[in-house]
Formats: sequence, C-alpha cells, structure tokens
Amino acid sequence: MIDAMDFSLLALSSPGWGGALLAGFLRSVELAAGGYLLGLVIGLLGATAKLYGGRVLRDIAEIYTLLIRAVPELVLMLLFYYVGTDLLNKLMGAMGREGIDIDGLSAGILVIGLVQGGYATEVIRGAIRAVPPGQIEAALAFGMSPLKVLRRVTLPAMTPHALPGMANLWMIATKDTALLAVIGFSELTLVTKQAAAATREYFLFFIAAGLLYLALTLISNLGLRWLERRARRGLPAAA
Amino acid sequence: MPDIDIDTPIRPAPALPLRARLAPLLMPHRLVMAGLALAALTAIITQMDWSWLPGYLPKIGHGLLVTLALLVSSVAAGFALALPLGAVQVTGPAPLRWLATGFCTVIRGTPLLLQLWLIYYGLGALFAQFPEIRGSWLWPYLRQAWPYGFLTLTLSFAAYQGEVMRGAFAGVPRGELEAARAFGMPRMMVFRRVWFPRAVHRALPTLAGEIILQLKATPLVATITVTDLYAVITRVRQATYLTYEPLLLLIAIYLCLSGTLTLVLRWLEARVPSGS
Repeated sequence: MIDAMDFSLLALSSPGWGGALLAGFLRSVELAAGGYLLGLVIGLLGATAKLYGGRVLRDIAEIYTLLIRAVPELVLMLLFYYVGTDLLNKLMGAMGREGIDIDGLSAGILVIGLVQGGYATEVIRGAIRAVPPGQIEAALAFGMSPLKVLRRVTLPAMTPHALPGMANLWMIATKDTALLAVIGFSELTLVTKQAAAATREYFLFFIAAGLLYLALTLISNLGLRWLERRARRGLPAAA
Repeated sequence: MPDIDIDTPIRPAPALPLRARLAPLLMPHRLVMAGLALAALTAIITQMDWSWLPGYLPKIGHGLLVTLALLVSSVAAGFALALPLGAVQVTGPAPLRWLATGFCTVIRGTPLLLQLWLIYYGLGALFAQFPEIRGSWLWPYLRQAWPYGFLTLTLSFAAYQGEVMRGAFAGVPRGELEAARAFGMPRMMVFRRVWFPRAVHRALPTLAGEIILQLKATPLVATITVTDLYAVITRVRQATYLTYEPLLLLIAIYLCLSGTLTLVLRWLEARVPSGS
C-alpha cells in the first residue's frame, strides 16, 4: 500500500494536514503534562491522607483509589466531565453569574488529573513507606515541623522509590489523552480521525499519529531513565 | 521501563474468625459512612428517574455478555500469543527477537484507541477494495465490527503480557535449567518440562492485574459500533436525554464486575501452589 500513499497530504500548510496533526499533538502533550502534574498533587495529598490522616480521611482516600482502579478510564472521564461542568455551572448560577463555557484544556486536564491521582496515590504511598521510619522520626525529634519534615526528609528520600512508578504513570497519561477524543476534545487522535475520514487515507494518518505518540514515549523514556539514575545516586543498586 | 515484581509471591491472608473480620466494619465512623452511603443510595433510587430501566434490561444484559465474551476471548488469545513473544525475546534468534521487542514497544507506546481505529477503519477500507475478499465466506464476518475489536484487544493484551513473560522467562533460576540439562534432557524437553512451566508459574501473580486492566479497556470497542455494555448505556443516554442515571448504573456494573473478577482470580491464585 506504500506506493498508494500520498505523503503530500502530510504537508504542514493548508492542503496538507501536517500542521493540524502537529497542533493536535501539542494539545495532547499539554493535556498529558497538565493532567500528570494535577495527578501528582492529588497523589501527594492522597498518600498523606492514607498514611497520616485520621480514620475518616483514610477511608475516603481508600474509596477514591478503589473507584479509580475499578472503573474504566473512559467511563470515569465521562463522569468527571459532566459532573465537573455541571457543578461549575450551578456554582456560577448560584453566584448570580451567567453559565460559562469551560475551556476544553482545563476540563481535559481536570479529568486526566483526577484519574491519574488515584494511581499516583498508591505509587507515592508505597514510596513513602519504603523510607526507613527512623529517618522521619529523627527529623521530628530535631523539632522540625511536619511540613518541614515533608520538604526536607520524606520527599527527597522517597523520590527514588517513587520514580519508576511515576514514570509508568507518565506513559499512561500520554496514552490516556487519546480517550478524550471520545468526549470530543480535538487532540491528536481525534484530529487524525478527522483527517483520515476527509481524505480516506486511514493508514497514512493513523500511522503518522502512531509515530508521533511513539516518539513521545521513547524520548520521555530516555529522560526518565536519566532522572532515575540521578535520583538513585548513592543508593544500593536496584534489586 | 520498570519491571514488574514477579518474584514476591502474593499469599492469601490467613483466615480470621468472623467476629474479628467484622470488627473493623463496626467502628463508629464507618457506621456513619455506611449510613450516609445508604442514604445517598436511597436518594438515587427514589429521587432520580429510573423508569427507563425495565425496558432496557434485556439490552443491558446482552451488552454485558458482549463485554464478557470480548474480555475472555481476548485474554485467552492474547495470553497464547504472549508466550512465544516472551520466549523469543529471551532465547530466540536475533531477527525474531528484534521483531518481538519492536512489536511490544510499538503497541505499548501508542494509545489503544488509535490502534483500534487504525485496524477498524484502515483494514476495513483495505478489505473492501478486494473483490476476492468481498466474495469469500469470511466477508459476512469482516463486515461486522467485533472481529476488529477482538483483534486489537488481543494484540494489546499480548504485547503487555509478552513483556511480563519476557521477565518471567529470564527469571527462571539458571540452576534449574542446568539441572535439567545434567539429567540428559534434550533442549526441547528442558523447555517443555522445566523452563516453560516455571516461567508461566512465575508470571501468574501479575495476570490478575492485567485481566482487570483488560476489562477496563473493553469499552473502547463501543467507538467502532460494537454494542458492548458501554455502547448500550450510551444509547440509553441518547434516547432518554438523561445524563447521570445511566452513567451511575454503568459505574455500579463495572464496580461489581471488577470486584467479582478480583475475588475469582484471588481464589484461583490461592489454588496454585506457590512452589518457592
């Protein structure tokens, strides 16, 4: 089929779809990066709640991670999208303002972040538990405030343990952005489908998009491996 | 990529007497939370609109069957494909090894939805161009959507499980293989009697997690018009203009499915001797 493919369709300017594809790719990266960071914050909060929170907080965090891990991402995204926009519109209505249209980027980031947060909670909880408790107790015994202990001892000491899991989560985040195509976000996968449907060159466009995703995965893999090596300096070799 | 820990056997917790098992559920704050959950459930059942449910029950049942059929068939076929994929990456000749590694990398590095659409739209359009295929006995099947969904889900499961199998084949202790050789077993017999069963045994604990992940991947086939559970619920939402009720039901069904699957797999796992 290669000879039948018309590569000029991938040109960057208007008759070609290359520009649209690249714009969609950038959008996907933005969504993944934003969702990942939000997930990291939720994960830190969730792990803290699970390890140091009161009974109620601990159970709430447990229910959250259970829900995230048991229900398909696609369904969760649909739920978060409708509940999120609905709640925000109701809130705006209650404050006497007009209902606003939430821009797609923040809604997508919110949806991805909430899903990522469930997995990040588990990763970070495991990493914090791998830190010898004596180190944290010693910091407390020196009179550091709990926040300072977190910043100076717990976070730096748990990083090497959390990195492999968090690297995996970044890969999942980049691939999860494709699911937003089903809700109608114009990220790489949806743009690709539109381009393919308009030109009927399905193989050309889907393979081009696949190469973009693959490049993102492989390049981040290199970066993450370097980061992991750096974070593990001075630690015994990984088991 | 971080390898999955397949060395630590997961053992079932020793059985506790019933009262000790119930005690954590009877703590005051949990009683309050259970009460709140019950109240919320009652509100959902009585306040929301469920009048559509009886009419759609048969369709929902059918969708559930489609989801389960896709899950079981793609896991079985994918696992069968993962065994050679894993073995070849550890012991195969170089070209085969590169092919298998490349396959796993490409599938694991791109979104499942993209693969699904590539196979459905791409292959579907390609097949339609050939009169030989259109005239063959396969065409009635190839015109439907589910073979493409099944193929994509199978390839995806094979790639992820193949990576696990690679680790499992590489992790079988050298001494066991050398002992088999020392007994005078030919290479194929070593593979059949020692290496292969030991590798599968080592990979079993991660299988449960992979199967749950596969369950969560199945709703994607709804985007290529396979009428699984998710597609039925989407249809209900479009027909009744209800946003939340069908979605809540869908989440409840998936929660039950994941829960039941986890319990069944844990029970099965406890029946496999851990060997170490």
